[in-house]
Amino acid sequence: MAVTAPQVRRLTSVETKLYLREPAVVFFAVGLPIALMLILGGTIPGFRDPDPALGGLRPIDTHLPGMMIILSVLTCAFSLLPTVLVTYRERGILKRMSTTPVSPVTVLGVQLVLNVAMSLFTTVLMLVLANLVYDVPFPQAPLAFTGILLLGMVSSLAIGLLLAALAPTSRIVQGLGMAVFFPSLFFAGVWVPHDLMPDVLRTIAEFTPSGAFGAALVDVLATGSAQWPHVALMAGWGVVATVAAVRFFRWS
Amino acid sequence: MAIITVQNLRKQYGDKIAVRDVSFSVEEGEIYGIVGRNGAGKTTTVECVAGLRKPDGGTIRVEADLKQQVGVQLQESAMPDKLRVGEALDLYASFYANPASVTELLDEVGLDPKAGFAKLSGGQRQRLSIALALVGNPRIAILDELTTGLDPQARRETWDLISRIRERGVTVLLVSHFMEEVERLCDRVAVIAGGTVLAVDTPAGLIARTGGVQRVTFRTTVPVESLNSLPEVHSVTVEAGHVTVTGDQNVLRAIVMALPDSAISYLKTETSTMDDAFLALTGE
Ligand SMILES: Nc1ncnc2c1ncn2[C@@H]1O[C@H](COP(=O)(O)OP(=O)(O)OP(=O)(O)O)[C@@H](O)[C@H]1O
Ligand SMILES: [Mg+2]
Repeated sequence: MAVTAPQVRRLTSVETKLYLREPAVVFFAVGLPIALMLILGGTIPGFRDPDPALGGLRPIDTHLPGMMIILSVLTCAFSLLPTVLVTYRERGILKRMSTTPVSPVTVLGVQLVLNVAMSLFTTVLMLVLANLVYDVPFPQAPLAFTGILLLGMVSSLAIGLLLAALAPTSRIVQGLGMAVFFPSLFFAGVWVPHDLMPDVLRTIAEFTPSGAFGAALVDVLATGSAQWPHVALMAGWGVVATVAAVRFFRWS
Repeated sequence: MAIITVQNLRKQYGDKIAVRDVSFSVEEGEIYGIVGRNGAGKTTTVECVAGLRKPDGGTIRVEADLKQQVGVQLQESAMPDKLRVGEALDLYASFYANPASVTELLDEVGLDPKAGFAKLSGGQRQRLSIALALVGNPRIAILDELTTGLDPQARRETWDLISRIRERGVTVLLVSHFMEEVERLCDRVAVIAGGTVLAVDTPAGLIARTGGVQRVTFRTTVPVESLNSLPEVHSVTVEAGHVTVTGDQNVLRAIVMALPDSAISYLKTETSTMDDAFLALTGE
């Protein structure tokens, strides 16, 4: 089953429209992270004070956008993507498609690309607004930043794909998604930055996929580069989750 | 030449045997019916043919590309709630190398392209499902309960649609509970029960097997004993002024020729139907 251009074009267009027709999707994946970035940036004391530990940058330049980007990515990865896929399976939509020449690679690929695109859009919009409102500088190493971002997205989405493969119903995948989502936000450092975590907790956190993502993203915003262990961890989690997801995924 | 050949198909779910031993073959260009009571194994059989379920035994040969050239209408299928009819058809059309015209299909099934899936009635969903089965310009259409849920008018329109696609040479494998539909559309019918094939015949053949009897009732002013000697007649009974004659397909003509026109009034004929044939074959 080949992947053809008309299939990819139509499927992308249809799935984009379907995402945009769900106001909740746009709110949680795009609106909420950006709004939080703007509100927290303006209200939390100290977020706009230069920090010597960050080389004179402010938390609003590094930690805050990093965490809000992660919020958007994890919302896509642990909520939107698995719910859509499991609902499609539950309702026989995947089974119906499996009788046509469209390849499963196209169906899954379009979902992944759309979610990546949505998080990228959120990121760009957030950075532009942060720059306009709070003078947040654009990433000093745009290539490294983009690389870390894409790697983090893909490894997170792969875990979401694994959730979709394992969960028998859409109700279960929503519960499972939340059970992974909140700890992941914590390990990423959304509530307590890694610097303030006790050493043991911090070490554990940085071995989780979202923890490695959070650390690498903040590093690249603060210093222009990330640490290889974090990069390797994200890649490793991504590969393991992808292999397991492909192994366990069912169409009906 | 057979375009679909199924031999000794067996399929079970856990301990439950859904299809025990089913064999049949479908010729290119024919409309082949599969009938049977609820749970007889019809859906299991056709979904095995469509490649959607994996048989536990037997062989299935389909002389066509299962994905490109076989259109499927599933007994149960849904679309995303917010997907519109036109988008669904455009999407499925894009999957195929050689799709049919979406505009024409929309016209044939009478659906509004702007309507969202969640707001379609049961019958409208059924029509969409039919259109989706045909959008790839299939050589074979597998239709599971084609007209269930359609109003009588829509049912007839759908029958016309199927007749038209047959004229284009499309082979149709049709699961149905409507004997009128089977009688009208199908060249041959397989009756399945308990996971095996009870009979394969033309609709007329099936009816003939279970009698094929005509019953003519009328009132008359002249003696009718002479009818007994006609070769077409099986029996003649007279009761309360009504004469009931049973016989073969030509019995009505024989009666009308034998008696003077003016002597017959209130005439009614009944034929054993596909329904009778179905009940007789599948009844306990
Ligand atoms: N996925 C499944 N898991 C377990 N049992 C199944 C499954 N699908 C069908 N069965 C069982 O197999 C038998 C045949 O089912 P099938 O759906 O093929 O019947 P059918 O002839 O299409 O019936 P209907 O006219 O009601 O559509 C039934 O007893 C049904 O309960
Ligand atoms: Mg069925």
